[in-house]
Amino acid sequence: MNEKAVAYVLRLGDDALVAAQRMAALATWAPQLEEDVALANIALDLLGQARALLTYAGELEGQGRDEDLLAYRRDEHEFTSALLVEQPDTDFAATMVKLLFFSAYQRLLYEELSAGDDETLAAIAAKSVKEVAYHLSHACAWTVRLGDGTEESKRRMQTAVDELWPYTHELFASDSVWRGYGFDPAGLRERWLGIVEPVLAEATLERPVDDWAPTGGRDGLHTEHFGYLVGEMQSLHRAHEGVSW
Amino acid sequence: MSRNSWPLYEVFVRGKRGLNHVHVGSLHAADDEMAVRHARDLYTRRNEGVSIWVVKAADITASSPDEKDPFFAPSGDKVYRHPTFYEIPDDVPHM
Repeated sequence: MNEKAVAYVLRLGDDALVAAQRMAALATWAPQLEEDVALANIALDLLGQARALLTYAGELEGQGRDEDLLAYRRDEHEFTSALLVEQPDTDFAATMVKLLFFSAYQRLLYEELSAGDDETLAAIAAKSVKEVAYHLSHACAWTVRLGDGTEESKRRMQTAVDELWPYTHELFASDSVWRGYGFDPAGLRERWLGIVEPVLAEATLERPVDDWAPTGGRDGLHTEHFGYLVGEMQSLHRAHEGVSW
Repeated sequence: MSRNSWPLYEVFVRGKRGLNHVHVGSLHAADDEMAVRHARDLYTRRNEGVSIWVVKAADITASSPDEKDPFFAPSGDKVYRHPTFYEIPDDVPHM
């Protein structure tokens, strides 16, 4: 078993899973019916990515863990998702800024992985990159609309950008797992800024200074929001262990 | 933008192998771009190779049902207005 490969693919799967869980929780809460459908659509895409990636991580591991065991039977500290995706959706602005930051990252990383040596991972990435390109353009459109919207929408967007910006550094923080398999996202920060900065500028939003850069998600050290997220996600499976549905 | 300015749009979709755009329904959206986005989610399930048209419902002028007879009747009972006496050659598609 290639431990680095397992850890690498798990990170990608956990990112998508946690992002999907957050997005799915917004169903029926979007500001508008059509937007509700769009958010559910994005959540379904992300869940599909999570399923493929977790299934593959389980195969690489070879211990008989499938996507369900990996999603429902790991504890909070065993998830290696980035801190960004577990941040709560305090309002629609936070949802869109999070999607902007995360989908820009996913798009760049998936693009690289789709040309990589691991054929299974390349196939998953090639399928997913089309989806995240759509997520990104959706987030860009809303960022510009709300940032350059009313005084109130601009204030909320700037607040969300300021609060979420510190968590974007972790996406590009390298370590032995990132360097040991696939593609190291550490080199993607400049290109990521090349996507995000013009959108913020068009939205008349200020790009925050690079300052505080919390990390820990990749090592299973999460923010206080995460335990509730995992608890809710796993409650049914833990109450009725081993059943199939 | 006011809270209520989500106008009604009519959606026309041409399928991957379809010849023309067909009216499939309507939706509300803040502007043209969002209308296309939502139409993609709601009516095409993101199939590749489809074409979507959206148009504000307010921009469509419809024939009036009250005028149905004078408007459409002439064509029905005047066969000499229709080129039905020609044989269509086999190698002419889409007629």
